[in-house]
Amino acid sequence: MNDLKTLQEKLQYDKTFDCVQCGYCLPACPTYETMEKETHSPRGRINLVKMAAEGKTSLEDLEEPIEKCLGCMACTTVCPTNVQYGAILEGAKETLEDNKEKSKRSEKTEEFLFRSFFPSSKWMNRLGNATWLYQATGLQKVARSLCLTAMAPLHLGEFEKVIPSQPSPSKRKKRLQRVEPEGTPAAKIAFFTGCVMDSVFFEINQQTIELMKLSGAEVILPEHQTCCGALHAHSGKVGLSKELAMENIKAFEDENIDYIVNNAGGCGARLIEYDHLFEEGTKWHRRAKAFTEKVKDISEVLVELDALEFSAPVEKLVTYQPSCHMTNVQRVTKPPRQLIEQVPGVKLREMNNPDFCCGSAGVYNIVNYEDSMEILNKKMEDVNKTNPEVIVTTNPGCLLQMKLGVEREGKSGEVQAFHLVELLMEASPRPKK
Amino acid sequence: MKEWINELNSFFSANQVLTEPADRYSYSFDGSFGEYLPDAVVQVKTKEEVVHVMKTANRYKVPVTPRGQGTCLSGGPLPVKGGIVLDTSQWPASIDVTPDDLIAVVSPGVLTASINQEVEKYGLTYPPDPSSAHVSTIGGNLAENSGGPRGLKYGVTKDYVIGLELVTPEGEIIKTGGRTIKNVTGFDLTKLVIGSEGTLGVITKATLKLVPKPPAVQTLMAVFDEVELSGKAISKTLTSGILPSKMEFMDQASVQAVENYKPSGLPVDAAALLMIELDGRAEAIKAEVIQVEKIMKELGAKDIVVPKNEEEAAKIWQARKQVSPAIAKIKPTKVSEDATVPRSKIAEMMERLKVIKEKYNIELVVFGHAGDGNLHPNIMCDKRNEEEMIRVEQAVGEIFEAAVELGGTLSGEHGIGTMKAPFMEQELGSAGLDMMKRIKDSWDPNGIMNPGKMFPERDQKLVLRNE
Repeated sequence: MNDLKTLQEKLQYDKTFDCVQCGYCLPACPTYETMEKETHSPRGRINLVKMAAEGKTSLEDLEEPIEKCLGCMACTTVCPTNVQYGAILEGAKETLEDNKEKSKRSEKTEEFLFRSFFPSSKWMNRLGNATWLYQATGLQKVARSLCLTAMAPLHLGEFEKVIPSQPSPSKRKKRLQRVEPEGTPAAKIAFFTGCVMDSVFFEINQQTIELMKLSGAEVILPEHQTCCGALHAHSGKVGLSKELAMENIKAFEDENIDYIVNNAGGCGARLIEYDHLFEEGTKWHRRAKAFTEKVKDISEVLVELDALEFSAPVEKLVTYQPSCHMTNVQRVTKPPRQLIEQVPGVKLREMNNPDFCCGSAGVYNIVNYEDSMEILNKKMEDVNKTNPEVIVTTNPGCLLQMKLGVEREGKSGEVQAFHLVELLMEASPRPKK
Repeated sequence: MKEWINELNSFFSANQVLTEPADRYSYSFDGSFGEYLPDAVVQVKTKEEVVHVMKTANRYKVPVTPRGQGTCLSGGPLPVKGGIVLDTSQWPASIDVTPDDLIAVVSPGVLTASINQEVEKYGLTYPPDPSSAHVSTIGGNLAENSGGPRGLKYGVTKDYVIGLELVTPEGEIIKTGGRTIKNVTGFDLTKLVIGSEGTLGVITKATLKLVPKPPAVQTLMAVFDEVELSGKAISKTLTSGILPSKMEFMDQASVQAVENYKPSGLPVDAAALLMIELDGRAEAIKAEVIQVEKIMKELGAKDIVVPKNEEEAAKIWQARKQVSPAIAKIKPTKVSEDATVPRSKIAEMMERLKVIKEKYNIELVVFGHAGDGNLHPNIMCDKRNEEEMIRVEQAVGEIFEAAVELGGTLSGEHGIGTMKAPFMEQELGSAGLDMMKRIKDSWDPNGIMNPGKMFPERDQKLVLRNE
């Protein structure tokens, strides 16, 4: 009985009662759309968590439905009763993770991946230096240890095709930790570099810093920052994720900064919810709250500073694929579109159902390749209908996924995928006079 | 594995027959109460597949419960006797509009809101608008005879169905009605099937009647200090020659809940709010607005709001939509009723509800489609508190009694399902109920079609507790 009580606490059993089973989440859920089963819908998953917490089904029965959730949070945006689906999902992931019997070897692999690999800038740099996905084949072991019933091969070759060419290691090393604008700074911004963003898309990070500088901000890159912890939390490693949060909070509270800016929708979503990790009223909760209040996406800050003008028209037809975590967790939807429309020459054509996830979802597209591609196919149908020359996104995962989508359609010659920052840089931004 | 499941497995492709525990649990509930585990879920996509399921089930005498998207609030898609859940939600959507005949022929898995989107292209509309229209399937709406706020002017689902294709419990395909508005050939089996809650067969196709889309709409909101006055205002409006498309009611508790949840500037000290929508030609509406304003004022409305643009109007309707989530903050479990009374009895029903609320010491909130007498008394409680749930069960019973005594009905739009079955005889009388049962028995001699619904079993009582 006591065991059941512990299980209920872990599974966030109480939160499942907020769900009135109205089903309004069904049309919003990408996996319900592609997998065509209530089992793979938010309402179905919440019900299964409840059933498991009541001891009616086993944790084993819960495993596949939980693992196959993208965590895109589209359901929370449409939910009329504000069910905390994210907390329920994370609780389920953590419980499943804790209940799993693992071999020594896979434990070691995970230990390395999550403790040393993602949080380490050294490793991330190595990763960035050309062949990160091959080195990351450890993910395969993670996937296996998660006992996924239908484990697909990792298709790493597919992803490798779409990785941008990398800067030389010396260029990475030369990056400045502090960038001053011309004249008196309009704001002091700490830049959160992110792990995948900083390795695979190092150049986009450089451009992001440049945009902030051109907008009149002083930009600093706190030295002791680490991975945001999103990938850890999504893999059920909540404890580790919390440790990383504490490190980041410490790293960003040294100087008197106005904003903590990131350019990766997924990281931003994690950063902005750091306070949820700590109990209200505690010192860490207060510190986290002070942190989250400063977190902003690059698009929000650029719109707020409103200090750029664009000198080179980009005569392109653009469609925008918003990152799920920007839309559903950070609730940032307008600023990126505003910025796109500020670029002279650009024609923005919205696709049908832009808020439908692209299927990237952290490492989902690696561990659940086939399912991810089903979702990507749906996305590409809508993308293709707009006939774009450029697809703009705001998250590294989405960017890679859209590149992959274009590649799979055999359109890599005609259609480009850009991070919003890249599009802005194409238009030769300069300070407003 | 059971023999009939093996037989289904050999006919269907692997992903159409679901028997894993996770899948079975995922089809064990709907938007109401209770949880019943099916032995298998079959996801059908053609009428031939439905025929096969029904023939197999009939041979083995296995219960079959049809299900759309499971948004039902009365338990219609719950497999209370186990067996098969027949899921039609993945049936490929087809909406075939013939604008010259003002009809649309649709497949059962189509989302109701999609029908409207499609027919609007021709300047037409399909008026029934249950709040769940963007999630619920037309098949489910037909089975439950769903309503919605526009029922006042336009009626409910059954008023827009002129023909059906149906698979009987014995696996035969039949057609009812046709494509013409007038049709008096034989018994009206179409109307019999609509609202039969999946107890007579599986609907596989429907021919729907469409009407021209009204060119303009105008919203009004009237604020009252007394509930009774708002009731009178409803009657006065409806007898003055004006027929609004919506007339919605919110009591003080629901207003306050909305304002606590997502403030939208509603007057929290009002005893009652009426939200009215007029539709038709712009010139006509203009005159009607003045008339409605006058009526509301004469009956002592404290304030009348006439939104100047669509945005302001949307804000009022948004507030109305927030009632359900807002009251869910009071307590987690929501017992949502749809007792309906003649319009002249609304004020009296409100009085009865107040007494019931005090007698059982429950959190009772009232809102709903007042223009057609379709109130939604909602009791907010906690499923985990058994003592409270017993009080709620008693209160719900008394709400039904009150509705029937005032000349009303158990259900205006949600259906009978499992919850209201014990009260059927009270409304229909024993001979009336028996006649319905005889009809059911002749359609379904083996009693396999959605058993346990609508007809009470011996000594069946309302139960809102799982254990």
